[in-house]
Amino acid sequence: MEHSNNRRNFMATSIQSVGLAALGGMLWSGYADSVKASPLVLRPPGALAEKDFLAACIKCGLCAEACVNRDTNVDKETGLQRPGTLQMAKGGDTLLIGTPFFVPTEIPCYMCEEIPCVPVCPSGALDMPSLLNEKQELDINKSSMGLAIVHKESCIAFWGIQCDACYRACPLLDVAITLEYQKNDRTGKHAFLLPVVQDSACTGCGLCEKACVTEEPAIFVLPNVVAKGKAGDHYVRGWDEKDQERVKNAISKETRTELSKKTANDYLNMEVEY
Amino acid sequence: MSNIKYLLLRRSTQLGILFLYFAANAYGWNILAGTFGTSYLFASIPLSDPYTTLQVLATGFVLGADVLLGAAIITLFYMIVGGRAFCSWVCPINMVTDLANWLRRKFDLDKEEVNYRFLKRSARYWIMVLGLIVSALVGVAAFEVLSPITIMQRGIVFGFGMGAAVVLAIFLFDLFGVKNGWCGYLCPLGAAYSMIGSKSLVRVKHNHEICTNCMDCKVICPENQVLHMINKESISVTDAECTNCGRCIDVCNDNALKFGIRNFINGGNK
Repeated sequence: MEHSNNRRNFMATSIQSVGLAALGGMLWSGYADSVKASPLVLRPPGALAEKDFLAACIKCGLCAEACVNRDTNVDKETGLQRPGTLQMAKGGDTLLIGTPFFVPTEIPCYMCEEIPCVPVCPSGALDMPSLLNEKQELDINKSSMGLAIVHKESCIAFWGIQCDACYRACPLLDVAITLEYQKNDRTGKHAFLLPVVQDSACTGCGLCEKACVTEEPAIFVLPNVVAKGKAGDHYVRGWDEKDQERVKNAISKETRTELSKKTANDYLNMEVEY
Repeated sequence: MSNIKYLLLRRSTQLGILFLYFAANAYGWNILAGTFGTSYLFASIPLSDPYTTLQVLATGFVLGADVLLGAAIITLFYMIVGGRAFCSWVCPINMVTDLANWLRRKFDLDKEEVNYRFLKRSARYWIMVLGLIVSALVGVAAFEVLSPITIMQRGIVFGFGMGAAVVLAIFLFDLFGVKNGWCGYLCPLGAAYSMIGSKSLVRVKHNHEICTNCMDCKVICPENQVLHMINKESISVTDAECTNCGRCIDVCNDNALKFGIRNFINGGNK
C-alpha cells in the first residue's frame, strides 16, 4: 500500500513538474520573443543585422560608456560633459532591455573618427571588421546604421522655399545628401534645391534629422531593413558589368505557368474580381 | 559591532563594486567598467558572467574571445575561492531581498512554517536549464530579458526606467510571498554559482563542542537547510547553496562558527 502511494506521488510530482516547466517555458519564450520584435531601432555603428545583434549583445554597456566619456563630448561653453548618443534600453522602452540604441532627434551619432564605441565591444555584436577600409583602418564612413529618407510632402525645399539645413548638417557634405536643381514652374523664375539622399554613402547618423527645421523632421533615419527594398537576382543591369557580378551565383530555376485557355476577348469583357 | 562584522563588510563590497560601475559611466573611471554581463578590471582584465555567456552561446552566436576568457576567469575564481559568494557579496538584489527578510523578521511574518507545494528549492536548477533552452529557441539570452540583477545594476549605472518595477516585484514577492523566494528558490544565476562553487575552498566551519544550540544561525540563514550539522557534528558547511554571507558567524554568540579553508585531505568536508 505504502509502495503504491509512493509511486503515485512520484508520478503526480513528475507530471506536475513537466507541466509547470512547459507552462513556464512557453510564457518565457513568448515574452522573450515579443521584446525582441522592435524593428524601428537604430543601433551603434558596425552592429550586426538586428536578429544576430540581439543574440550577440551581452548588454555590458561598454559602447554607451565609451560614447558618453569620449574626449570630444564636452559642452564648449560650460566645459561639462554632455549626454552620450548611445542609450541603454530600459524597461518601458519597448526594446530588448539592456541593448544600446540611439534616437537622432534627441542626440544623433556624431561619427567620431576613432569610433570609440566599437573596439570596446567584447562580444562581437559591434563588428569591427565591417568598419575597416582598404588600408585596414577604422573608417566611420563605412558604417550603415540606417538610411535617411526625405518625405517630399513635408520638406519645405520641395515647396520651393530655400532650405538646405540637412545638406549642410550632413558630415559627408555633398556626398551622402546632394542637391538637385529643378526649375520652379510655379514662379517661372526660381529654382528648387531638392535634397537627395545617396544610399551608397549615407551612414544613418541622423545629423540631418536633428537639423531639419520642420515641426516633425521631413528627413529621418530608418533602419536599413525598414528603409530598403531588394531587387533580387531576377533583375540585372545588363549594361553594367559590376552588376552582373552580383548575380553570378544566382541559381536558375525553370518555372512553368499554365497558359490561360480564355481568349483575350473573354478577359477584357470579364468583370473584375477582387 | 562584532555581530555585524561580515554584514558591514558585505555591504561595503556590494556598494563599492556598484559605485565603481557607476563611476565608469558617470566619470569615465577605468577601475571596473561595464556590467555583470561583461566588464573590464583596470581596462584590461575581462570578467564575464558564466551563465550569461552560456545563454549567448546557446543562441548559436560565437562570442568574442574576451567574453569567453572573462567567463573562464570568473568561473575559476568562484570555483576555487568564493563558492556562491557572488550572491551575498556582489549581487545588488541581495540588498533588496535582505531588506525584505529583515522586515519579515521585524514584523514576525514567518512565524508559521509554510510548506510551498509547488515551489521547491531545486526549482532554480530547472529554471537555469530552461533558460538555456529558451535562449536556444528564441535566439536571445533568455534570462537577461528579465533578470532583476542586471536590470538593477544597469538601473544604477544608466538609469532605471520601468525596470524599477521588476526590482520592486522581487521585494514584494520576498516580503509577502515566499521567504527568500527569489534567491532561495527561483534565481537561475544563483543556481549556476552554486554549481560552480560547490567545491570551493572558503567555507563556514562549525564547532559543535561549544555550540549551545540557540539556533540563532538557523533563524538568520537564508538557506538554512545547509546548516544541518548545527550542534551535531564539527564539520564545514559544504552544501553548494551556502552563499558564504557569514551572517551565521555574526549572530553566533558562542563562537561556534567561523570561516575556514575546507580540508580536502581528511575526508573533504571536515
